[in-house]
Amino acid sequence: MEEYAVEVKNVSMMFNKSKEKVDNLKEYLIRFVKKQLMFEEFWALQEVSFAVKKGESVGLIGLNGSGKSTILKIIAQVMKPTSGSVKVTGTVAPMIELGAGFDADLSARENVFLNGTVLGYSRRQMEEKFEEIIDFAELWEFVDTPIKNFSSGMTARLGFSIATANLPDILIADEILGVGDYKFQLKCEERIGKIIDRGATVLFVSHSLEQVQTVCSRAIWLEKGKLMMDGEVKQVCKSYLSR
Amino acid sequence: MKQLKNYIKGFMKYKDLLKELVARDIKIRYRRSVLGMFWTILNPILMMCVFTVVFSRLFRSDIDNFTIYFLCGNVLWSFMTESTNNALNSIVGNQSLIKKVYIPKYFFPLSKVLSSLVNLFFAYIAMMIVMLVTKTPFSVTMLLSVLPIFYVMLFSIGLGMCLAAWMVFFRDVFQLYSVITLAWMYLTPMFYPASLLEEVLPAALRWNPMYHYITYLRCLVLERKIPGIAENIVCLAFSVTIFLIGLRVFYKKQDKFILYI
Repeated sequence: MEEYAVEVKNVSMMFNKSKEKVDNLKEYLIRFVKKQLMFEEFWALQEVSFAVKKGESVGLIGLNGSGKSTILKIIAQVMKPTSGSVKVTGTVAPMIELGAGFDADLSARENVFLNGTVLGYSRRQMEEKFEEIIDFAELWEFVDTPIKNFSSGMTARLGFSIATANLPDILIADEILGVGDYKFQLKCEERIGKIIDRGATVLFVSHSLEQVQTVCSRAIWLEKGKLMMDGEVKQVCKSYLSR
Repeated sequence: MKQLKNYIKGFMKYKDLLKELVARDIKIRYRRSVLGMFWTILNPILMMCVFTVVFSRLFRSDIDNFTIYFLCGNVLWSFMTESTNNALNSIVGNQSLIKKVYIPKYFFPLSKVLSSLVNLFFAYIAMMIVMLVTKTPFSVTMLLSVLPIFYVMLFSIGLGMCLAAWMVFFRDVFQLYSVITLAWMYLTPMFYPASLLEEVLPAALRWNPMYHYITYLRCLVLERKIPGIAENIVCLAFSVTIFLIGLRVFYKKQDKFILYI
C-alpha cells in the first residue's frame, strides 16, 4: 500500500505571456522575421512540493491567480508541469468545473453517459448508477430535456451528481460549492463528508474559508505560485487573513 | 513496451467514451429533423442524383456506367474529406473539455473519423440502391470493399491527427486545407477518366493516394476483379506512412495543446 495519494515534487509551471496570441501564420512569420517571437515568461507555479496522505482532506487557499487551479489541473493530468513531477495513486474525480463535457444539445439522460465516460467510467457502471444520479440531482422531471434549457444551478447539480456518483479515491474540487441553492450546497457538503468518511482523499479549493475549515483538516496557502504555508487548517487560515 | 501497455490500458478504460462520442456526433446531426436517421441514406442518394445529372449531361464522357464510376469515387472522397475536416476542428472545438478533464486526446480526431465511417456505410448502401436502379450487376468482389475503406480510414486518421494538431498552433490550417482539398478534388479522377490526367500530369496521379484507393474500389465494383498484390502494397504504403506521421506529430504536440487553445 502506498501511503500517499498525491505526491507533488518541485512542480513549476511556465506559461508564455505573449501580449497577443500568435496563432496564425502571417503573424508568426512577421514576428519571426522581426525576431519578436520572444515571449514573456510567466511562472504560475514555482517549485511547489507537498504530499497528501490517503484519506486526508486538504484545502488550497490563496488570492486569484495564485496558482490554485493550475496545481489542481496538473494533479488531474489535464496539464503537464514544465518541471517537477506529480504522482497520483488511485482514481481521480476531477471537478475543475462542473459539467465540463456536457453537450448542450443532448438531454440530461444522454449527458449522464457522455460525462460519465469522459470521467473514465464504463457505460455499464453509469447504467447502474443512473437512477441514483438523477435522484440526487432531483432532475427526474427534466431527464429528457436538452441541457441547453437548464438553469446553471440545474447543470451544476447534474455535474456534481455524476462526478461523485462512483465514490472516487481522490476528489478534486475547484470552487464548486458556490453554485446551486443553499439546500443543494448542504447536500453537496454532506456528500463530500460521506466521501471523506469512506477514506477518500480530497483536494479542495474555495474562497470561503468557512467552507475550507468545515471540509478540510489541513490547508495549503499559495501566493503568486509559491507555497507560503502548509499546516493545520485553522492556523493557515489565520495567518492567511492576517497577512 | 511498458508505454504501449499503458496506452492499451488507457484505451480500454475509455473505450466507452469513444462510442459515446461517435453516438453524439450522429445523434446531433439529425436531431430536430423530420426524417431523422433516414437522412443518412437519403442524403447520399439525392447528392448522387444531382452529381449524376450534372456530370453525365454536362460533360459528356465516354466512361461506361458513369453513375457508378462517379459514385465509387465520391463515396470514398466524401468519407476522406468529411472525416479530415471534422478531425481538423476536433481539438480546438473541444477545448472546454480538454482544459478541464483528462481524456486521451487522440480520441477527438479518431471519433470524428469513426462517425464519418458510419456515414460512409450508409452512402455505400445508397450506392447499392443506385446500382439496383441502374441495373448494374452485383458481384462477390464487392465484399472486399472493406479493404479500400480500411486503407482510406487509416489514411484519414493519420491526416486528421496532423491537421488537428497543427490547427491548435495555426488557425490558418483551416483556410489552407479547404483550398488544398479543392485542388486535390479536381486532381482526383472522380468525374473524368484517369487517362485524361495521365497524359498531362502523370505524377499527380501516381502520388495521389486517393486515386489509388478509388481505382481499387472501382476495380472491385465495376470490373468485378480483385486488385493484385502490387496495388495493395501501394495503398497500404500510403496509408501506413500517413498514419505513422499523424501519430508522431500528434504525440509530439499533444502536451502543448492546453497552452494554446
